[in-house]
Amino acid sequence: MSDRLSFLYPEISLFIGTCVVMVLGLSRTLKMRKASALVAGLAIIVAGYFAIASTPRSGDALCPISGACYAKGVSAAAGQMLLPDMPLFAKTLIAIVSLLLLLPCAGTVDRADESAIARGTRSFDPLRSNRAEFYAFFLFSITGLMLCASADDLVWLFLALELTSLPTYIMVAISTSRNRGREAAVKYFFLGALGAAIFLYGFALIYGGTGSTNFNVIASVIRDQGLNTITLAGLLLAILGVGFKIAAVPMHFYTPDVYEGAAPQVSGFLAFVPKTAGFISILLLAAIAGWAYAPGQSGLGGLFNPAAVTPLRQSADASQLPELLRIMLWVMAALTMTVGNVLAILQTSVKRMLAYSSIAHSGYMLVGVIVGPGDGRFSHNGIAAVLFYLLCYGVMNAGAFAVLAALERRPGKDGEPREIETIADLKGLCATHPQLGWSMVICSLSLLGLPPLLGFFGKLPLFTAGISANEIPLVIILGLNSAIGAYYYLRLAFTPMLEKPDAGAEPIEFAPFFSRRVGAMLSAGGVIILAIFGSPLINEATKAANVPVATPADASADPTDPNQAAKALTPAPRISQR
Amino acid sequence: MTQWLLILAILLPLASSLGVALAPARLTKSVAVLGTLAALGVTLVAAYVFGWENPAVMQLGMEEPIRWIPSLGLELQVGVDSIALMLVLLTALLGPICVISSFSAIKEREKTYYAWLLVLQAAVTGVFCARDVIFFYICFEFTLIPMFVLISLWGSTNRKKAALKFFLYTFTGSVIALAGLVYVAWFNTHKGNGQAFWTFNIDTLAATARGMPLRDQTWVMFALLAGFAVKVPLFPVHTWLPLAHTEAPTAGSVVLAGVLLKLGTYALLRFVLPFVPDAVVTFAPLIAATCVVGILYGGLICWVQTDVKKLVAYSSIAHLGFCVLGMFALNNAGIAGSVLYMINHGLSTGALFLLIGMVYERYHTRSMKELGGLAAKMPVWSTFMVFFTMASIGLPGLNGFVSEFLCVMGTFQSSTAWGSGIWHSFGHQVGTTRGELGPWFAIIAGTGMIIAAMYLLYMLGKIVWGPLKVPGGHDSHGHDSHGGSDHGALPTDLNLREIGVLVPLAVLCIALGVYPKPLVDVIREPADQIVKLANQSRARIGVVPAPKQAQAPASDRAPGAEHLPGAEHLESLDADMSPAATPEVPQ
Repeated sequence: MSDRLSFLYPEISLFIGTCVVMVLGLSRTLKMRKASALVAGLAIIVAGYFAIASTPRSGDALCPISGACYAKGVSAAAGQMLLPDMPLFAKTLIAIVSLLLLLPCAGTVDRADESAIARGTRSFDPLRSNRAEFYAFFLFSITGLMLCASADDLVWLFLALELTSLPTYIMVAISTSRNRGREAAVKYFFLGALGAAIFLYGFALIYGGTGSTNFNVIASVIRDQGLNTITLAGLLLAILGVGFKIAAVPMHFYTPDVYEGAAPQVSGFLAFVPKTAGFISILLLAAIAGWAYAPGQSGLGGLFNPAAVTPLRQSADASQLPELLRIMLWVMAALTMTVGNVLAILQTSVKRMLAYSSIAHSGYMLVGVIVGPGDGRFSHNGIAAVLFYLLCYGVMNAGAFAVLAALERRPGKDGEPREIETIADLKGLCATHPQLGWSMVICSLSLLGLPPLLGFFGKLPLFTAGISANEIPLVIILGLNSAIGAYYYLRLAFTPMLEKPDAGAEPIEFAPFFSRRVGAMLSAGGVIILAIFGSPLINEATKAANVPVATPADASADPTDPNQAAKALTPAPRISQR
Repeated sequence: MTQWLLILAILLPLASSLGVALAPARLTKSVAVLGTLAALGVTLVAAYVFGWENPAVMQLGMEEPIRWIPSLGLELQVGVDSIALMLVLLTALLGPICVISSFSAIKEREKTYYAWLLVLQAAVTGVFCARDVIFFYICFEFTLIPMFVLISLWGSTNRKKAALKFFLYTFTGSVIALAGLVYVAWFNTHKGNGQAFWTFNIDTLAATARGMPLRDQTWVMFALLAGFAVKVPLFPVHTWLPLAHTEAPTAGSVVLAGVLLKLGTYALLRFVLPFVPDAVVTFAPLIAATCVVGILYGGLICWVQTDVKKLVAYSSIAHLGFCVLGMFALNNAGIAGSVLYMINHGLSTGALFLLIGMVYERYHTRSMKELGGLAAKMPVWSTFMVFFTMASIGLPGLNGFVSEFLCVMGTFQSSTAWGSGIWHSFGHQVGTTRGELGPWFAIIAGTGMIIAAMYLLYMLGKIVWGPLKVPGGHDSHGHDSHGGSDHGALPTDLNLREIGVLVPLAVLCIALGVYPKPLVDVIREPADQIVKLANQSRARIGVVPAPKQAQAPASDRAPGAEHLPGAEHLESLDADMSPAATPEVPQ
């Protein structure tokens, strides 16, 4: 039992942190209240430590959760996870990036209250303080995200996804005191519920088609009996619904409004956390079907003939998703990046532009999902590319939003400092606030994918993987979109650097929270450092993308017996890294 | 020690850029000059220790490549052959010239200016030194940022549009080129020599790419052209160039014309020709046709310009048309001419931009309508102007002539079909080289040389000779009185600093014009290799019927196959041509 728990140590430590934060945030003394952010950070660090130290890898004889097992050989009873090595990398990257996202969150919800208390105009009122909730929801959402990474069951995945997103609705609502934030939250909530309904429906269909909610069992049923129509429809719906989390076209409509309505640090959070949850889920759902079909197999005709869509794992050519799934993801990827980039060009608001850019980046990553594990080497491995890109995107995106969070304009009529709205507000930032200005330049050039910054090394594996899977048209679209992206990222990079502030423009100032500046600079530093010394992380991403291949013995397994069917799974031989 | 020379040549400008950013403002210029001079010194030492007896061998590399991201096959390695080394030398030479020539022109945000200028030099040097596709690409792309900043901060009125257009054009193209290069790298692991790991080593990839079927080669070639033809720029994708050149500050134009355009031609030479010779041989007439169109089109547009700087900018399109035309003649004369053209164009056009910048600093106009007869007022300037214009036109005795002549001659010789028939009937041996272009290309391109003479002499006639005309009737001193004190330091004619900047270029123009043999000699061997590859392709795909004994057996398709029996005979003929082509010029 304790073995199984060790798998969940990161989540458990986050949960303990959440409880402590809830209490601390309501303390009467300022010091104790301030400690709540510190505790949140500590909880994330501890979770990160446990993610590295106690997450098992394939080959460890641990049976952590709900029967899924990191079996040594085939002896373990219940088979193993579909992506057995992903949790380690995913949880580590989540811990790293969420630390970067936490730093700019200082003073998000209770700034006015705290200053009123400091002035002595009011005494502390626990009922009016949101600080505890904000940090608690932050940690809850991260907990859900980490749970997503270790999901091996549809129900688990659904609950984890909801645990990730529900707190974000509230975070959007309380992040600003303006009505815009509330409007954004309501919009986000309703559309999020729609998305959840769609993928839940998909989950139900998958269950209906295969008779199980366990990923291993579903996968083995598909492997043995073929992909029947209901299961395929379920997979399509599930991925479409999860597309809401990653803001993929056609589920992207909420993104600009919500990002604009929320405080920038929360928008940064939204651009990473639900997106990561979505990509992990999409990878898991795609792994259920498996990248084991020949090109063209299970096209429309396959809808009505399950036998035609049996995975052909033994064939060397069979390394695609089922055709319908591939087509859907292909179209989603192409549309998502194009729509995101083209609409981003038209924006004048920084946050809306970054929102559309976040849509575009989802499109890039979908290329990796389509490619799948390839032959396991990093350069052919779309899954590794996605996981590494998530890290890259998380860091550079956190930096861009942290810069926005660290700046503000003079208070408006309602006495509250206003945030940076348009790109024109950033004019001359490199001269007036060099640290933040240069952080913005570095992060946006990296988002553009300009070598030698981190974004380029994130995009390069997507290129190599796409080409090695012969998805050349998609790679060309990806390349052209990078070029379209140049148009608006250049504006974002060079407005702070080259332009002079307009005469009579209102000055921008530091928001009075040092940690926001630290967050921006750390992210910008990370963009450079990881680009130079990123090789170990790339190796880890490659290991994380290991997809076990079923042995030929599977054919004899009885599909009706889940346990027996799952037995036949063996871990794939790890491809050695130079 | 020698293994660090190229690294130093890249890092010194970078370090001095950092120095410029950190040093107090009064030291800015000194640090920049010192940095570029140090880089020039290092490059000269590199040229001294370079083994000129093996000019085609990549030299001066590190003993062990730096393994950057092994799982992607990313390794950093530097190295130059004679062609790359010459371009590195050109870059290093233009470095101090650009810095020194900017002293009076750049008055605001000096630190930023010099820092980015130095970064640009480092990136360009990196491109020429790269032995690894990704390192090449990183440097290739990174040249965009400093150039963007230089244009959009210190350019003229329309600078923002120019900078953006420049960036987007080049970036879009090079992303597609990257896709092509990655495709080759994938082919290398997938179907090539069975290597388990990716590599981006240029030589390995070149060997693999040559083994690709024609269809793949064609795709790769067009992907690469998408990136590099924009940079050159070739005819249909040239539209960013006039704008960027015209709007850029003087030193920016010098770097742009001097070395940045050479990135494109160098990349064509380093990637397109050795990677996909089959496709190149197949499509050479098409590419040559765009070059010829570019030559005529660029020339005709020059003719109607009134802005001197724009005129020189458009002339670059025509000139680089010659350069690429010679390259795609795919024989020794053509390629040697093409490489020389890269150097010569950098020297003479760079100098022309400097001269125009000097006039602009004094009169704040570049319009031929407002300027005239400057010979009377600025005799030294006019002397240099006439000199470099002549070099640009291709006056025999100056550098432009040698390269232009070699390019056109290479094009002329590059034929077998009816061209050879005609010339055989006159008893000439001209047609014995194999090739795809032939006399028609050369004749039409030759018209471009006449047009070049017309528009450049027309320009000279307008602004150097004729009645004196300066803006607003002011002479330069009168101008100073109302123009503020910032230009007060400039005398009517050139000062010593400006002369000092121009003299090295002038000396090189004469030297390369009178005695280009050393350069032609060291280019021959690398050019030979490319011609050899082209000849193999010609025999293989049968675009040009090979001589009987040169029928390549199927096994020769392997990338390693070196000599075709008939090829040597032809090559020796080629080789005989090029020294003969070296003009023995009086003076």
